[in-house]
This record gives sequence, structure tokens and C-alpha cells, in this order.
Amino acid sequence: MSARAAARLVSLGFPNVYRYQAGRADWFAAGFPREGTEAGMPRVADVAQRDVPTCRLDERVGDVRDRRPGAGSEPFVVVDGNRVVLGLVDAEALTGDPTTPVERVMQPDPVSFRPDVRIGETPQYFKKHGVRHTLVTTSDGVLVGLLRLPKTG
Amino acid sequence: MLTVIDRHDVRRLVEQGAQLVDVMSAREYDAEHIPRAISLPLKTLSRETAERIDPRRAIIVYCHDYQ
Repeated sequence: MSARAAARLVSLGFPNVYRYQAGRADWFAAGFPREGTEAGMPRVADVAQRDVPTCRLDERVGDVRDRRPGAGSEPFVVVDGNRVVLGLVDAEALTGDPTTPVERVMQPDPVSFRPDVRIGETPQYFKKHGVRHTLVTTSDGVLVGLLRLPKTG
Repeated sequence: MLTVIDRHDVRRLVEQGAQLVDVMSAREYDAEHIPRAISLPLKTLSRETAERIDPRRAIIVYCHDYQ
């Protein structure tokens, strides 16, 4: 649609036309501002836990295990130097040989939401995929936070 | 000239005075749009409706995604 509109504007004589091909979906997914009657609806980025424990791909299981916060049930997000998500290591994966590289025990394809997903859409997703938490990442794969399934009952 | 740009280019160009043009329907625009964008739905785009656009400034056109 934007290609046709841009071409039409060029045909009308506008000399300097750019096309933001990825569009507003990309803009919103990056967590950039929005306006409009539905702009204030709460999104997953608003409630995601931001201080998620992270580790690097080349760390050892024992090193990561030693710095688990609290009760030790927190998952660790495996990130690179730019905080791009590479995987997820849950508590159970950290119970093995302490010399094992994180790379060998991580889940390489964790479920993730984009920051602009509406909160009301998440319960159905959790139920459908049988997960209790998901990552929130930008469209570039950068970690925003962790979203947990609300406790019920 | 017609160049495909990313969101970082959009921010930079808007700061430099470019005009953002949302070409989705008015209903979609009303619900959510990028700040500073004006609504000019493709369905109504014509020489007359395009008179709202300043030809001396750069124009950035967008819709929902890679449509």
C-alpha cells in the first residue's frame, strides 16, 4: 500500500518521497511513541519485568548458577553484547555439570512478544502455548523484559 | 526519488522537517498512528487531496507493514 501511495505522490510531482516500508507495526514494536484513540491501551512492555537476570553464551553453568537471585527459580536470558536475545536458561537447566557452557543447555527459541502487544491478548496465548512466561523483545530482537502468566486463585 | 528507509531514518528525517503521511484508512489512523503523521488514505489520494502536502519538504509514506 505504501509503495503505491509513494509512487502516486511521485507521479503527482513530489520530488522527495521516502517509503517507510516496515510501517507502523515496526515503529510500535520498537516501543516508539504512538498517538490515537487506542494509543493508551496497556501493552506488554508496560508490565514486563525489566530487571531480568542475563548471562552470556560463553559462560559456564556453574558461574550462572552461583549468581541466581532469590529462590533460584528465575530464568536467565542469554544475550549478546547488544542485548539481543540468543536463548533462555531455566532453573532446571542450571542443575547440571557446572563446567557445561550455557550454549549447550539453553533453549534457543524462546517464545517472545513484541512490546506493543495488548495485555488483553496475552492470556489466550499463554494458554495456547502452555507457557508460564515469555520474553518481550523489540523487532530487532533486543531484550525488553520478561512477562509472566499472572497467578490465579 | 523514492527510497526505502528504516525507523531510525524516519526519526532523523522528521526532526529535519520531513512530513509523515499515513496512507491507511481514516479509521485505522484515528486508532493509532505515528506522532506528527497526517492522514491521507490511499483510497482518497488524488491531486486535490495531496494539496495538503508541502512539496518543498521531504515526504515519508507508511502503512501498517510490508504491504
